[in-house]
Amino acid sequence: MNEISLAIRKFSDLANPTRFLALADRVLPWFAALTVLFFAAGLWLSFTTEGDYQQGETVRIMYVHVPSAWLSMMCYTVMAISALGTLVWRHPLADVSARAAAPIGASFTFLALVTGSLWGKPMWGTWWVWDARLTSVFVLFLMYLGLMALNRAMDDPARSARVSAVLVLVGFVNIPIIKFSVEWWNTLHQPASVMRLDGPTIDPEFLWPLIVMAVGFTLLFFTLHIAAMRNEIWRRRVTSLRRQAARNAGRESLAP
Amino acid sequence: MMSHAAYVIASYVVAFAVAVGLVLWVVGDGRARQRELKALEAAGIRRRSAEAPGGEAQ
Repeated sequence: MNEISLAIRKFSDLANPTRFLALADRVLPWFAALTVLFFAAGLWLSFTTEGDYQQGETVRIMYVHVPSAWLSMMCYTVMAISALGTLVWRHPLADVSARAAAPIGASFTFLALVTGSLWGKPMWGTWWVWDARLTSVFVLFLMYLGLMALNRAMDDPARSARVSAVLVLVGFVNIPIIKFSVEWWNTLHQPASVMRLDGPTIDPEFLWPLIVMAVGFTLLFFTLHIAAMRNEIWRRRVTSLRRQAARNAGRESLAP
Repeated sequence: MMSHAAYVIASYVVAFAVAVGLVLWVVGDGRARQRELKALEAAGIRRRSAEAPGGEAQ
């Protein structure tokens, strides 16, 4: 068996929720430990490196603001891939993944907005402006809330899966808009200084803590996402067991 | 007008609160679902795939 087909086999093995649960039990402690490790190192770097010659201490807000903003977009991308999984491959865990990711994504987007505001006040002189970057991230936040409301509004996950998958994919158009908003329009927000074709233009003094914190945030996201997917599988099992119990009870009372 | 340090501290406090809130929510949700599954199992309701061979749990 060649390597690609082995990889596909492994991925489709995960379609079995019981296998996923076993894998989650095995990897979660490692992910959690790595998250703590990276956050410890990241926080230490965040507060021991020098402040910016213009921004002073407030540059340290970057180490929580930028990773949470990256994650707000990455989480939506994970949801969009999951939505494709639901619609194209009918992967049984795809909807579980999309559903579990929404509240986590909403939290990181909220964090990006709040820390952005706290950085904007001392540096720009205002908490909020309706410029392209800020507005498009605010729209992303509303989309997360909308998807969470939609998922809760429908009882049957089998039915809500397709509807919310379509909505996730339609909303994905916002992600490149967020990313390129600072280049397409005049914004108060600065343009990209890390993810650039010509390499980062940010000083290494700030780049290192930023990278370590970004890895820490990403690990935190995946730890939470795997754990939330496990919760969602358990939730669905409880629902189906209760239905099964109700059916059995009905049968017993009908056939004396 | 707050000092710059106050904005930095406020940002880290909010980040910490959001992260801890998420962790507590995920852990709490998981524990509640585990309790429900245990209660169902104690009541003799099992998944068909987890039933003993021969279907004695019917």
